[in-house]
Amino acid sequence: MSPELKGLLIVGAIKVVALFTALMVGVILVVWVERRGSAMLQDRLGPNRVGPLGLLQNIADGLKNFIKEEVMPAGAEKILFQLAPLLSFVPAFLMFAVIPFAAPLPGFDITLPLLGRVVYEGPMTMVVADLPIGFLFIIAFSSLAVYGITLAGWAANSKYALLGGLRASAQMISYEIAIGLSLIVILLIAGNVSLPDIVAFQQRAGWFVFLATVAYVMFHISAFAETNRLPFDLPEAEAELVAGYHAEYSAMKYAIYPLSEYAALITMSAFITTLFFGGWDIPFTAWDEQVATAWSFEAVARFVLTNAAFLIKTTFFIWVFVWVRWTLPRFRYDQLMSLGWKVLLPMGLAYIVVIATTVLLLENFGVPHDLRYGLVLFLVNVPLMVALLWGLDRRRLLPGTPRRVRAEA
Amino acid sequence: MAIGVKVMRRPNQEVSYLRATLKGLALTFSHVFRPKATMQYPEEVAQEGFWSLSPRWRGTHRMLTDEQGRAKCVACGLCPQICPANCIKLVPGEDEDGHRYPLIYEIDEFRCVFCGYCQEVCPEEAIHVGVHYENAEYDRERFVYDLERLCAQTHAVSSLWDPSDPKGE
Repeated sequence: MSPELKGLLIVGAIKVVALFTALMVGVILVVWVERRGSAMLQDRLGPNRVGPLGLLQNIADGLKNFIKEEVMPAGAEKILFQLAPLLSFVPAFLMFAVIPFAAPLPGFDITLPLLGRVVYEGPMTMVVADLPIGFLFIIAFSSLAVYGITLAGWAANSKYALLGGLRASAQMISYEIAIGLSLIVILLIAGNVSLPDIVAFQQRAGWFVFLATVAYVMFHISAFAETNRLPFDLPEAEAELVAGYHAEYSAMKYAIYPLSEYAALITMSAFITTLFFGGWDIPFTAWDEQVATAWSFEAVARFVLTNAAFLIKTTFFIWVFVWVRWTLPRFRYDQLMSLGWKVLLPMGLAYIVVIATTVLLLENFGVPHDLRYGLVLFLVNVPLMVALLWGLDRRRLLPGTPRRVRAEA
Repeated sequence: MAIGVKVMRRPNQEVSYLRATLKGLALTFSHVFRPKATMQYPEEVAQEGFWSLSPRWRGTHRMLTDEQGRAKCVACGLCPQICPANCIKLVPGEDEDGHRYPLIYEIDEFRCVFCGYCQEVCPEEAIHVGVHYENAEYDRERFVYDLERLCAQTHAVSSLWDPSDPKGE
């Protein structure tokens, strides 16, 4: 085995193990954030007995779920019923593989005991799989998550679960289109689908939340629907469907559904961070963009600080997900569908035309990919955002609901 | 329209969803900083002004005693008679002066439904339900309270609802 291959394997293994561990621990922490956060928003304290601040509560609940009885409903499709939780669990983890989470570290050439000489050439990109197809991979695997939910609903031989599964499939497929359309906008601007390149582009030209604001709004709305969270948690609308697609699941097979939901929540937050908020970019400085060629304190500090920036941004969006969940009521099913098909789809198509035209003009005039490029796109976005907010606000941007209407209501 | 059904005229074409959503988010976020309503039970217990129990709370029984420390009960048999759960066991006795007293007076707190009829019916104001709720034991047998234990209880007794003073003033 050549030293280069050894280096590749070792670095890859370390990244996979580190990221998987971080994600698993992250899921437990996010469940904790959800429980304590919802309690805070409702003037309660939440679980605070098991471990410091109640941090170990979820581990206790997990242990409880492991020793509970697994119920297999009569008439269930056995193989699919067993397979469905895994099908919803895996995609959320797989999607994280393409997300760059920190600034690259320099390569190394060292001799280890037992292994011998190990070489890793050039900067080590901090992404598990630096796939050239980038977010095409995301679209593929986020669609795969639908199978886990739909099959769970179908295989359980229960009408509530089936309805939940049907709703989930319709909802997730509808909003996949909106996600796809908003990603096309990013593709047009960045000219590349590889996520590290998208982050690099944002470092040069400004974050996509300013360059493609409408796409960000669409993506964020669709992210709620894709992760099946309030206000779009119709697949598990407990008031009408018992528990939706996982109504018949018990013990650890059930527990995998919340776990995969929270894993998907982390992944979605990380995507919003990476695609629209500069990924691991630290704003207002170019220091984090330098690529170190040799190991130094600065290289390690850059890695740690950019990783911290990534985590802070991701945590913020996780909190937004929790915050919105405990604020907004659930949509009706027809409202959900009409928002997806009648609002987001035409909006996305129109926005693609506008951005494509702008990008074409910018490229024709030879504007370099730096802040000037970003500024033009930002200026294009401002009137579009005003128009969008105007529309969302029912053409009533500044004055509130008129007193007359309020009095009559 | 059926009686009592209030039909709201909802201004669904004119309202602003965006503003309402942002307002809602601001409202829920402001609750993060408000004082919490949770009582941390084993460390904090109900007290006056803080999750205080109603004076009409009907909990574990208590038998009142006279100056010599004897139970006030005269073993008239009204409380086992009226008890809907049949949880009171009373064996009456009589001393040489002709005074009746309970030889055995037991209340099975598991059977008791805490209706408070025993306190209402008692002519001597001897048996009472009390303002008390911490009754955990390690043994089922321990839930049958005998006379000695009923007399030894010290918690406040319930002031039952009085029809002539419905608001408890």
